[in-house]
Amino acid sequence: MPLLEIQDLVKTYRAPDGEVQTVLDVARFELEAVEQVALVGQSGSGKTTLLHAIAGILRPDSGAVRFDGLNLAQLSEARRDAFRAQQLGYVFQTFNLLQGYTALENVLLGMVFGPGPDRAWARELLTRLGLADRLDHRPAQLSVGQQQRVALARALANRPRLVLADEPTGNLDPERAQQALELLTGLCREQGAALLVVTHDARVSDTFERVVDLGTINRAARSATPAPVVGLAGGQRP
Amino acid sequence: MKALIGLSLIVRRSLRQHALSTIVTVFSSAIAIGLVMGVFHLNAQTRQAFLLDGFGADAVLGARGSKLQLVLNSVFHLETSPGNLPWSIYAEMRQNPRVELAIPYAVGDNYRGYRIVGTTNELFDRFEFARGAKLALQSGGVFFDPALREAVVGSVVAERTDLGLGAIFQPRHGIAAAPSGAEIVHPEEYQVVGVLEPTGTPLDRVVFIPLEGIFRMEGHELRGTGESFRPVAGESIPDEHKEVSAVLLKFRGGPMTGRFFDTQINLQGKQATLAFPLAQVLLEIFQKLGWMVQVLRVVSYLVVVVAAASILAALYNTMNERRREFAILRALGARRRTVSSAIVLESSAIAAMGALLGLGVYAAIFSAAAFVVRRETGVVLDVFAFHPSLVIAPAAMVVLGALAGILPALKAYATDVASNLVPTS
Repeated sequence: MPLLEIQDLVKTYRAPDGEVQTVLDVARFELEAVEQVALVGQSGSGKTTLLHAIAGILRPDSGAVRFDGLNLAQLSEARRDAFRAQQLGYVFQTFNLLQGYTALENVLLGMVFGPGPDRAWARELLTRLGLADRLDHRPAQLSVGQQQRVALARALANRPRLVLADEPTGNLDPERAQQALELLTGLCREQGAALLVVTHDARVSDTFERVVDLGTINRAARSATPAPVVGLAGGQRP
Repeated sequence: MKALIGLSLIVRRSLRQHALSTIVTVFSSAIAIGLVMGVFHLNAQTRQAFLLDGFGADAVLGARGSKLQLVLNSVFHLETSPGNLPWSIYAEMRQNPRVELAIPYAVGDNYRGYRIVGTTNELFDRFEFARGAKLALQSGGVFFDPALREAVVGSVVAERTDLGLGAIFQPRHGIAAAPSGAEIVHPEEYQVVGVLEPTGTPLDRVVFIPLEGIFRMEGHELRGTGESFRPVAGESIPDEHKEVSAVLLKFRGGPMTGRFFDTQINLQGKQATLAFPLAQVLLEIFQKLGWMVQVLRVVSYLVVVVAAASILAALYNTMNERRREFAILRALGARRRTVSSAIVLESSAIAAMGALLGLGVYAAIFSAAAFVVRRETGVVLDVFAFHPSLVIAPAAMVVLGALAGILPALKAYATDVASNLVPTS
């Protein structure tokens, strides 16, 4: 059984003019435990919406998002919150660190709603990411690269089984992007977490063994825009 | 427990991040709560102190006039004397079997604004200024000899003037200090032979001398017969010439006796006034000042409401800027309930800190008021005494603070995660 299984997932929005627009219509997508996949697609192809649906932040209109066999789409909001807190790590493109909190506290926040705060583990993560001397710094006192590493540490703080990363290198220069990507993939592998990275950057997706083109699997995007040239139909590299 | 740790972290960081508004709202809550506690406790304690609970006299007898003036003059040593009473009335009361104790007071002089009261040693031997408590002397002192020019001074007098043990002074004419240069200094010299232990009552502000001393003070005239009489040194004063300003009375037979004398003196007699029961007479003051207490209470309630509103406004105004923070917390697994609880907890924490600081504000307000009351009346108010408002008011402030957090909490509760996860500029 795959760790993550998406089936006939549909998500619509009502536009200001009242028209119902389908942004996500995915027939099938699977992710095995510990697998690392890059999900590519053009802007507006529903990448972030798909991640939100997987994370339980959004509830789909229909279809299933199964995590370890459990259909998240049918869970109450509180149970989806608990799922995020316990099983999921999320790396945002804009890092989404809380400005009033120190680096250490930001990482602790990744645990308090789930397994509970573990200062030693938070320190260890930050130390391994080269931030041992920045534990008490607030985000504004850190460089962009350091902020990204705090965000990585926070995503891994609750020892998740699945890490979702939304354009994790979008705000970094190529050198730092490469470093961040290596850290992310390396730590996920080490922690035994599956990784789903959403990106529009071919330099990022090229480092993954499996790349899925959302433009291909999302029927809503396919009907709205021409299919992208990146990746192959069916989502599997040869 | 995990939720509590998370909530505590969120609340602490938010309070720190919005330090200025936290400080302002904490201070406004502190002032509000200090004011409420101060108004309620001061009112209760002054009432208790001025209603003479446990005072060792049931009534005060004095010249025909206002009962309230009589009590203020003879018990609190405030106001002017309503006039004098012929010695015969005092003597009759003293011999009446229904009267257990009759202590005469004669006033008319002061020392540096502190009233000089001529009285008998019964005041020291038999009178209880509070239930079971008689006047006691500080070490080395004795009560005056009624035949000598000796004085016993209250603790406040000893503290604030040069009238320590052994000090010699000359009384000044008048019951209050005259302007400098206009005071009439009696030639008689009195020696302080005793300083009273503090009583926390107006007695602390009095200089006691023998009754005869007032009669014989140079310049004093006695009009017990209606005609002026000046005592002659070395000769006794006939009783018919003597006068007293007031008589403290303790009855035998309880309130029935008091009512009997009340009828006899106030309704059937024309020469004297009996202030009985004392508490009832003094209640008049509080009834007259009742509106002021009500105004103070309303003002303090309003200040509390304003403080609670300021908590609400301060939190509510941060809600827009905090939407992203809430969305991030939710994305990390915080429940809606956790985020909204954090807001209510934050407003409660502000109120709780205000309530805690309010105890300091209360102590400052109470101490300042107690200082003035003691200076003006000798009545001691105890800032550390318990009053229910000291518990109820802070608890009510915390509840109000929590209520003030509900509206912002609802806004936080309704925050949409997906649409607020991206930065806004």
